[in-house]
Amino acid sequence: MRKIRKPKLAVWKFASCDGCQLSLLDCEDELLSVVNKIDIAYFLEASRNVVRGPYDISLVEGSVTTQHDAERIQNIRKISKLLITIGACATAGGIQSLRNFKDVKDFISLVYANPQYIETLDKSTPIASHVRVDYELRGCPINKRQLLEIISAYLNERKPNTPSHSVCIECKRRGTVCVMVSQGIPCLGPVTHAGCNAICPTYCRGCYGCYGPKETPNTSSLSEKFSNSGLNNDSIMRMFRTFNACAEPFRKESEAHEIEEAGSNKPEYST
Amino acid sequence: MKSRTIKVDYLARVEGEGALYVKIKDNTVVDIKFKIFEPPRFFEAFLRGRTYNEAPDITARICGICPIAYQMSSVHAMEDAFGVAVDGQLRALRRLIYCGEWIESHVLHVYMLHAPDFLGYPDAIQMAKDHPDIVQRGLQLKKAGNDLVALLGGREIHPINVRVGGFYKVPTRQELAPVAEKLKWARDAALETVRWTATLHFPDFEQDYEFVALRHPEEYPFNEGRLVSNKGLDISVHDYDNHFIEEHVQHSNALHSVQKGRGSYFVGPLARYNLNFDKLSPLAQETARSVGLSNVCRNPFQSIIIRSVEVLYACDEALRIIEQYEKPDKPALEIKPHAAVGYGCTEAPRGILYHRYRIDDEGVILDAQIVPPTSQNQKTIENDLWQFIPQHIKLPNDQLTLQCEQAIRNYDPCISCATHFLKLTIDRV
Repeated sequence: MRKIRKPKLAVWKFASCDGCQLSLLDCEDELLSVVNKIDIAYFLEASRNVVRGPYDISLVEGSVTTQHDAERIQNIRKISKLLITIGACATAGGIQSLRNFKDVKDFISLVYANPQYIETLDKSTPIASHVRVDYELRGCPINKRQLLEIISAYLNERKPNTPSHSVCIECKRRGTVCVMVSQGIPCLGPVTHAGCNAICPTYCRGCYGCYGPKETPNTSSLSEKFSNSGLNNDSIMRMFRTFNACAEPFRKESEAHEIEEAGSNKPEYST
Repeated sequence: MKSRTIKVDYLARVEGEGALYVKIKDNTVVDIKFKIFEPPRFFEAFLRGRTYNEAPDITARICGICPIAYQMSSVHAMEDAFGVAVDGQLRALRRLIYCGEWIESHVLHVYMLHAPDFLGYPDAIQMAKDHPDIVQRGLQLKKAGNDLVALLGGREIHPINVRVGGFYKVPTRQELAPVAEKLKWARDAALETVRWTATLHFPDFEQDYEFVALRHPEEYPFNEGRLVSNKGLDISVHDYDNHFIEEHVQHSNALHSVQKGRGSYFVGPLARYNLNFDKLSPLAQETARSVGLSNVCRNPFQSIIIRSVEVLYACDEALRIIEQYEKPDKPALEIKPHAAVGYGCTEAPRGILYHRYRIDDEGVILDAQIVPPTSQNQKTIENDLWQFIPQHIKLPNDQLTLQCEQAIRNYDPCISCATHFLKLTIDRV
């Protein structure tokens, strides 16, 4: 009998905290079953074995911040049948895209005494700004259940079930009382993509948007609500400017509340 | 003249992107570079202008493996700035969540990153084919740590429940009960882990290190204590900047943290163990002794046993805290920000993690400094390689490469953490 070839999985890292790829190793109950169905062909955080491409699935973590990485992603696309970005860095540029609102040269000289040694691009950009992406998994970090769902959907040749509605729906499903209505806590839930299962409101705090914008979010209406409840422009700007600061709807909303600093060295943002 | 090089372009089974380059001429090592080429992310720069209460969520993103460490160092630094002391059950809950992180991070390293070196496998998945029970035990033990972090923090990676002053929500005794059941199993599994790791084969390699760790008068250190060493250092965390400095070393492209006038030092499980053995629980001490360890261990290859002892301690300590737990009245103390400088240093799984913030009257961060454990160990890692390679220079390249990698993995280096604070060039081999 001919042995059926297992699909080959590769895990790639760009600028990131390693947390999203760690989610795969955090599937403690499922990991050994997953590797029965899939060959982990390239996953440096877990193995020194490297199986040459092409790969059936590539999971890409992190954002592009160097010229070298901008070239590397092109090659990864070429050797990957299916390319899936995992997490806010790969999908929206991540927390490090806060540099995109400033002059990166100022940032370098703040952190490093010899700025000439630092090779970095002006902006931190998501993978989709460079190559075609077949599927995006949201979150800072991703939800490991969604990661398993996407792998399982691939193996069973079906569409992954990762809803794009808001965190509000997840609160309703869990039976969590709305923290904004009942306690007046500012919450990004109404404009944030589902996937975490509404953890923050369940722990009595407002959602801080780590899954990025949901489909068609009404960010300006939510800002108006924040404003009416006493939040100033600076606070609203900072709420939208965190782990998905450069996801288009959040970027626009944060810029709408930005107070121009006198003599600031802010470059024009272009996507 | 016969010359050879050992090159590992992408080090595997470490967190982040690092490389190793060794040049040997006529059986003499002439160059060693433990390189870090992980791209910088500039955390210290973009923390400026954020408010004090954003620091725990933002700095957590420096590392997906030890986010609690970043949250703990940042909240303690802020509380130091504003003159607030979190004590009682809230303080205990912070120790409890840190126990969870030590368990998940250490067990990941012991079973999935380090053990395959000792047993000759490329990874834990291959190891599972021959040793399914061992790998399964590791995965379940790791899960016990993750479950604890998830219960107290909301999720395993980048938990959402830690805040300056305490937590957003605190658990009830009933909510902790199922975790305690799992931790009882985990404590037994940790004991087995110590016994198992002690049977591995260790190269004979001891150096005269200066170990640096926190020391607290009553407990094994997590969040508080003075910074001490086995060579006479004994300072308050406030004095960190007077004693430690980041130095630019020509042959490495990264900044190395050194003690002023004293050179390299060693942080992490070995340092904590050597400086605080007497503060381990009786069970952890007894188990360490039963596998032949004394109260001092200078062989970094044996760090795998010490990590296992710390996992055992963390299970034991977590059970003690849960046993004595009573739900506090309020989940957090009130914070009134004012202009100040705050210092925080806690014991991340990989060693001391130092944060310093300058805050204005509105609670806005004016500047931030963060020194993670791996940048402090970097010079010691290179020193180890300078000592270790000559002893094994006769080995063929593939075996020597593997041994060098293992010597680096002794430190469980977290390159993602280290990079944002290191000077580097991208100079690929």
